[in-house]
Amino acid sequence: MRITLLPQHTHIEIEGRKRVADVLRHLGLLPGTVMVIRGDGLVTDDEFVEADEAIEIRNVISGG
Amino acid sequence: MKCKRCRDKGEVVLRHHNAAFCRPCFILFFQRQVQRTIEKHQMFTTAEEVLVAVSGGKDSLALWDVLLELGYRAAGVHLALGIGEYSRVSTAKTEAFAARRNLRLLTVVLEEEAAAVPTLAQFTNRPACAACGTAKRHHFDRVAYESGFPVLATGHNLDDEAARLMANVMRWQVHHLAKQHPVLQPVHTRFVRKVKPLFRISEYETAVYAFFRGIDYVIDECPNSVGATQLAYKDALNRLEAAMPGTKLTFVQEFLRAGQPAFAAEAEGPPQSCARCGMPAYASLCAYCRLVNEVERRREQAGRRLASGGH
Repeated sequence: MRITLLPQHTHIEIEGRKRVADVLRHLGLLPGTVMVIRGDGLVTDDEFVEADEAIEIRNVISGG
Repeated sequence: MKCKRCRDKGEVVLRHHNAAFCRPCFILFFQRQVQRTIEKHQMFTTAEEVLVAVSGGKDSLALWDVLLELGYRAAGVHLALGIGEYSRVSTAKTEAFAARRNLRLLTVVLEEEAAAVPTLAQFTNRPACAACGTAKRHHFDRVAYESGFPVLATGHNLDDEAARLMANVMRWQVHHLAKQHPVLQPVHTRFVRKVKPLFRISEYETAVYAFFRGIDYVIDECPNSVGATQLAYKDALNRLEAAMPGTKLTFVQEFLRAGQPAFAAEAEGPPQSCARCGMPAYASLCAYCRLVNEVERRREQAGRRLASGGH
């Protein structure tokens, strides 16, 4: 799967089909600190992202 | 997970509410939470026009949006900080939001008032965030008063308030703890009531609301926020929250109920009036005028050095 990280504007690839919660854990991200966006919708922690899908992980915590 | 309200597929999970919501039900839930906060803390009524401080970020634009959806009259005040491309984008998104909804937006360009944030920081050797905060508080208060608004609302959310509370407790800033409250009544003729309608709403919920409402907000962070201590406190709190959902809300709510009254006696007395601008001040000049004075003085010194051929 192809992941776009915002606001970093970086892209990473992770192999295989994975549950969102596992993707966040793999990236060291806490739930509730990012939105996981697929297309024009949000994906919850218990859902799966397929190997050929693209998602955006957008940080929601601002520094001021 | 299914939506708690309508049993449709949930699109967002709120652990601290032990609930999932579909998009329309979450929007309704969010709006009701804000309405409840406004009413419980008597922040303002529909008879009063609210001035919303808007930066172009998700919190302030979400706040402006939800107040309008709830039937309140709300105008915006935006401070163009002059922090390069970040500020240009912030101003553009704020103006676009206001234009799309035909809203009144008052804009203050910091560079035209005194100096942009980078200049304030450069000529005072202070961190940019300190200068920025002083400038924002001054101009938001000033515009609210001069434009005749009875109340100024800011988009501070639960994460902001919990982080600020943690910082104040870690350093036992008793004067700050005395006045950390979502409603600040005016203590000077040039202050208006200041309120934080989102103070019980997490930053995650505000972001989701902005996303669901299709609000085009600034996603990039201010370049000066790298390494900000507030982020360290927010990270610590989010780790606690992940282990014990509801921690942030309990921390803030219980402080207001049980902790804040104990610090009330530590509150400073009412401010005087600044000798230069008339706004509230705890010295002969307010913090902003002291900052501007220092910039003007150092600019003059630098100019004289250049003219004399020095460095």
